[in-house]
Amino acid sequence: MWDKTTILMLIEGIGATLQMTLMSTLMAYVLGLPMGIALVVTAKKGLRPNPAAYKLLDMIANIVRSIPFLILLILVIPLTKVIIGKSYGSTATIVPLTIAAAPFIARLVESSLQEVDKGVIEAAQSMGASTKTIILKVLLVEARTSLIVGATIATGTILGYSAMAGVVGGGGLGDIAIRYGYYRYETDIMLVTVVLLVALVQILQYIGMKLSKKLDKRITG
Amino acid sequence: MDTIIQIRDLGKTFTGKDNTVEALKNINLDIHKGEIYGIIGMSGAGKSTLVRCLNFLERPTTGTVLIEGQDLSMMNDATLRKTRTQVSMIFQHFNLLMQRTVLENICFPMEITGYSKKDAKSRAMELLEIVGLTEKAQAYPAQLSGGQKQRVAIARALATNPKILLCDEATSALDPTTTKAILKLLKEINEKYGITIVIITHEMSVVQEICTHVAIIEQGELAEYGTVEDVFTNPHTDAAKKLVFQTEQGVLHMNGKRCIRIVFNEISSFEPVIGNMVLECKAPANILLADTRNINGIAHGQMILQLPEEEHLANKMIHYLLERKLTVEEIDDYVG
Repeated sequence: MWDKTTILMLIEGIGATLQMTLMSTLMAYVLGLPMGIALVVTAKKGLRPNPAAYKLLDMIANIVRSIPFLILLILVIPLTKVIIGKSYGSTATIVPLTIAAAPFIARLVESSLQEVDKGVIEAAQSMGASTKTIILKVLLVEARTSLIVGATIATGTILGYSAMAGVVGGGGLGDIAIRYGYYRYETDIMLVTVVLLVALVQILQYIGMKLSKKLDKRITG
Repeated sequence: MDTIIQIRDLGKTFTGKDNTVEALKNINLDIHKGEIYGIIGMSGAGKSTLVRCLNFLERPTTGTVLIEGQDLSMMNDATLRKTRTQVSMIFQHFNLLMQRTVLENICFPMEITGYSKKDAKSRAMELLEIVGLTEKAQAYPAQLSGGQKQRVAIARALATNPKILLCDEATSALDPTTTKAILKLLKEINEKYGITIVIITHEMSVVQEICTHVAIIEQGELAEYGTVEDVFTNPHTDAAKKLVFQTEQGVLHMNGKRCIRIVFNEISSFEPVIGNMVLECKAPANILLADTRNINGIAHGQMILQLPEEEHLANKMIHYLLERKLTVEEIDDYVG
């Protein structure tokens, strides 16, 4: 089994998985970060309480998060076709991954920002800071360690989801695992892909934790 | 003297799910330029809410606050924010930005008001020198002690040259020695820059140490106010008495025989009044409490005496003390 084509296929699989994961995470943050900020700002005790807006965002987050990813994958096929032009392959998988991950990320961002000391926010207000300044210079900066930890969790989760996309021909390591391991009973290749997936998550987790620690100034010595 | 803060018919009600709390009721108070005004009360009295109404971090339910004659309730958002740069605030838990260095923390209010980076930095260094922390410019708040953090907070509060400094329990998280040092710094700032300071506290010792005026808040109402000396020598209300008699052991409970409270001023300290009184009346008096407090550099002694049971002896003693021009007050009705 360890011929050149198989190895090449696995390497390509790693590349495709990483591309899907990182692109989806990035896109999901483009949507999820503002959504998470909006959830915090419009909340009852937020900087600009707005019950209607909060309720709407809260509902969207809950609905999208309660749809099983496999179903969502199929549900958004028409949309994927419009955006990417085809509904299979690793690029196409980015669309459902982004949609599924954005509300999850919004929740992660929300909980990170809620951890910021209310007193510090109050201090900024007492200095005459605007809501925008408080978001950009207080909330996001003070919560950055927690935000990076959140991003690490999000990336790991999205990587797992990307493997699931293999079922509908999503490409990447998950796709290989399903094609060889499930449809062709080549268990050894499936095991190799699983090991590779585990290794990828480990590496991402390691990088994320290192980075968050390095940027945290609350730790002395 | 110019009035810098006018509190007018101020009231604040918090509406909860199943109850409403009237945190402040009908507060009227004038604070003049250059004063160090103490606002004292037990916890839950509403003093923290009151100080947050002074810069509209809390919007009052009724009434308003005028800063230099400008009504805060009439201001739009932008004007209110601009006014806030002139009304700085420091807090019990310092509230520094933990992810910024000391220097960057002090620069923060100047970033908000639009100083250039270079100007902000040089002003921040100046301020660090005032609070005596120049060598900590590049440190992070997590590396500082409580007293140092409060110094940074004070430097940060002074950055935009405010006219008023609000202190919300600013020394309550500090040990006695550090408290003294911080209060000294505040006094220096008041004297040097003429900044009006409003100090919220639950400790009489803080008021005695630096305040010129004091207001006593009890259950959301202004119980009593005036110069620290007046309120201390002659407290009218129960709330004021409670605070003046507050000792380290807590509030004394006295009942039974007649008790009087005597306040000594600087003149009377020269004569051994109590000794002479005992000699003159030929009867002993029981000293229940005696202490000396330093109010703005003048020593004020107070003493609580339990008088003999014989009516005529007791009256004679009171008469003797009154003749010596001491403030004498019967407190036999006073319990805790």
